[in-house]
Amino acid sequence: MEHTSGLERALRGVALALIVVFFLFPILWIFLMSFQTNEEILRIPPSPFFTPTLGNYAALISGKLTTVSGTLDIAFMRNLWNSVLLSTASVAIALVLGVPAAYAFARFKFRLGEDIAFTLLSFRFAPPLLVLLPLSLYFQQLGLTDTYAGLIWVYQLIALPLILWIVRGYFEDISPDIEHAYRVAGHSWWSTFTRIAVPLAGPGIAAAGLLAFIFCWNNFVFALILASADKQPVTVGALAFVTASGIQYGQIAAAIVLSVTPTLALALYAQRYLVEGLSLGAVKG
Amino acid sequence: MSAVATEAPAHRRRTNWLPYLLSLPALIVCIGILVPFLTAVYYSTLRYRLNLPAMKGFIGFGNYAGFLSDAAFWNTVRVSLEYTALTVGVELLFGLSIALLLQKRTRINDAISILLLLPLMTAPAIAALMWKLMTNPNFGVLSYFVQSLGVKNFQWASDPESALFTVVLVDVWVYTPFIMILLLAGLRSLPKQPFEAAALDGVPRRFVFTRITLPMLMPYIVTAGLFRLLDSIQQFDIIYPMTQGGPGDTLLVFQVRAYLEFYQYTNVGKSAALLIILWAITYALSNVFIKQWLKLRERARGLA
Repeated sequence: MEHTSGLERALRGVALALIVVFFLFPILWIFLMSFQTNEEILRIPPSPFFTPTLGNYAALISGKLTTVSGTLDIAFMRNLWNSVLLSTASVAIALVLGVPAAYAFARFKFRLGEDIAFTLLSFRFAPPLLVLLPLSLYFQQLGLTDTYAGLIWVYQLIALPLILWIVRGYFEDISPDIEHAYRVAGHSWWSTFTRIAVPLAGPGIAAAGLLAFIFCWNNFVFALILASADKQPVTVGALAFVTASGIQYGQIAAAIVLSVTPTLALALYAQRYLVEGLSLGAVKG
Repeated sequence: MSAVATEAPAHRRRTNWLPYLLSLPALIVCIGILVPFLTAVYYSTLRYRLNLPAMKGFIGFGNYAGFLSDAAFWNTVRVSLEYTALTVGVELLFGLSIALLLQKRTRINDAISILLLLPLMTAPAIAALMWKLMTNPNFGVLSYFVQSLGVKNFQWASDPESALFTVVLVDVWVYTPFIMILLLAGLRSLPKQPFEAAALDGVPRRFVFTRITLPMLMPYIVTAGLFRLLDSIQQFDIIYPMTQGGPGDTLLVFQVRAYLEFYQYTNVGKSAALLIILWAITYALSNVFIKQWLKLRERARGLA
């Protein structure tokens, strides 16, 4: 394209190397820490060389942590299970509710249609505590405090707007002519939707679902306010674990690694769709 | 757009109801949320403390008027604005620079841009814990680095002097990739002709950047910046796990302070009033944002 001098290329290389170090070093370091004993972690100076141990993970998985002062129960696996359950159920429900709505917004111009779509979008931007604090008082009256059902309902605030606006974009990209032709051939509206529109938008729906899963998994404040220990996902559980176990740094690092692995793996798998999803469909990757 | 809806007049009555039927379930699930919102508006006009239920009573704008002379409130406003300005400013500059470095489609650039997504996909609350481990005064690797550089007694998040710096650093670590990935997509979607013409005419690269690249990229920069602005002013996920708003009142941004006001001081009325003020700010910002976002969205649809 243009002439670049050797010096400039070297400077670019150095800058890129520094950027990669800044963004990846923390993940790498915590990953290494999770295979170290507490003695190795506390060494001065810190060193990347050690004999790896799976002890931290074993303690988390067995739920029993042996310390000098006795054994400590860790409920971290329960937190991990809660994260899986809450995120999966929330995304499944959001897909069932969101995909037909997205189709309606993409294919029909109807009174209040855009108003409804934008109301749903605005939930993405309101301060969560504004709704959560009064909601916690209502949940006590309704008996929804500390239930999976209550949490999954509130999680729709994260998953629904995301799915709605991303999937809407995918439906708008598909020409309505195909559906038109299928309708003219005498098929019902419903079979047009399920046999033609949904399969054509399939990759987009899958990508929106994956992203919504990541956002549900990473949420912190909803469960902090509405769930107690046995319903908490990893984000809140890890914080409680730090407070409870105090100085078991190896186990904390292992808990962090287990908490972030699913989302990081999904993100790498779905990276092609991330740009579009993160901008709620405004920018194409 | 509405071809399916209008093609069969015989079905018109039925199909007219269809979009409502399809979108209503999603709306109803979310409408439950409007009730607590209205409740919050109502609470903000009450003298309402959970520990003093007998004192509960309507005071109109009393909570809001109280803020005017409340130094703690103005501290919250100042800290929130500082946090927002610093994070959004640094992330825009940093994100734009990285996007420019990675602009050319090569295998290594694409690999780096994918790897940089990892911090963004880390839960912010977990990211705060990671940095807390790395800045631990006893064994934290960053504490060690800073000390070997000759800086003594750098206390990171536990010192009021450096607490803001530390949480901003974590925010920058998590969210710069967000700006980077949006601007990179923007840069790569820009039309080629103006750049080719400039190259033919021998326009200096500095001018190409300020006169062509930057103006053409501006819609992306504005959208990405507003996106972050809206999130940053509501910051909770990093500050709360890291310092609970401390030390002292150094990091009491809106949501952290409202949370403490509710749970620690059980002052429901004051907490609600704080959140309503924050909501008013985000509502105004989101109106500006949505206009920008729609423009960009239409452009993306046009390119497809």
